Amino acid sequence: MKMLLKRYKYFLGLVIINIVVYGLYPSVGQKSIVITWSNAVEMLSIIPPIFILLGLLDVWVQRETMIKLMGEKSGIFGILIAFFLGSAAAGPLYAAFPIAGVLLQKGSKFFNVLIFIGAWSTTKIPMLLFEASSMGWKFMMTRLVIDIPGIMLIAYVTERLLNEKEKQYVYDQA
Amino acid sequence: MFTVLMYIVAFSFLVLSFVKDKKKTFLALKKAWKSFEYILPQLLAILVIIGIMLAVLSPEVISELIGEKSGWLGMLMASLIGSVTLIPGFVAFPLASALLKSGAGFMQIAVFISTLMMVGIVTIPLEIKYFGKKTAILRNSIAFVFSFIVAIAIGVVLR
Repeated sequence: MKMLLKRYKYFLGLVIINIVVYGLYPSVGQKSIVITWSNAVEMLSIIPPIFILLGLLDVWVQRETMIKLMGEKSGIFGILIAFFLGSAAAGPLYAAFPIAGVLLQKGSKFFNVLIFIGAWSTTKIPMLLFEASSMGWKFMMTRLVIDIPGIMLIAYVTERLLNEKEKQYVYDQA
Repeated sequence: MFTVLMYIVAFSFLVLSFVKDKKKTFLALKKAWKSFEYILPQLLAILVIIGIMLAVLSPEVISELIGEKSGWLGMLMASLIGSVTLIPGFVAFPLASALLKSGAGFMQIAVFISTLMMVGIVTIPLEIKYFGKKTAILRNSIAFVFSFIVAIAIGVVLR
């Protein structure tokens, strides 16, 4: 029980803040409860398949296979897989982090996992279609054309600015 | 629609896995639950923060902040709002398109959309949990700067 309280202390603290806000500014407090609730419902509807796939990936895909697909020597093929995995996904970016953790655990190249995160954040296919329909194809295509090299650039620079020890630390944590 | 597709894909694989190996399938489900439970405290905290933040930064307030100010100040404002808020795409794009109609510039909107997607201040504790402090901060800062490059490109193409 005490452990549980400790793990959820930030959440509980924020709930208390929300209640205080509700007391001081009822309209804002009420609105935030409504938004939190609808986001929670949305999250709970999107997340189950993502985590089921994560579990299956963890159990069925062997480390050797993952190293071949996305490991140090996977080359362009590994980058393409990372882009595809990230783009084919649905769901908010925070759902990508646990999957990235499994990818790292299974021996994926650090650069490729960063590509995966980048792709998940911006080149998700359903999101692109939605973007085109509300912002126009020109807006969407321009962004996409710049984002693809941009994602690689961000991954490259991030990786280069980390030393081996720091990278190893991330692998150990995953 | 796409969520339904995800369910179909996940469920098909689950059935396939179950047919091939019951034990492994239960192990997979157990791992799925454990990874979910591992991030649940942060997830719940994030949800409440987003709720409070969006209650204050409503679409109307965002429109006021981004819509009126143009130029570099407007871009900076748009990028900051994009970095701290977490709005799902199906709300963000209609909002962005409404902002454009009400007079916001393409560059401000582009930097807003780009930071919204790539930079996540609220979710950084979660990112740190998996990638460590340095990686998370580096990735977010570089993505922040990059969003301005996207905005400039959009500004040139859609002038």
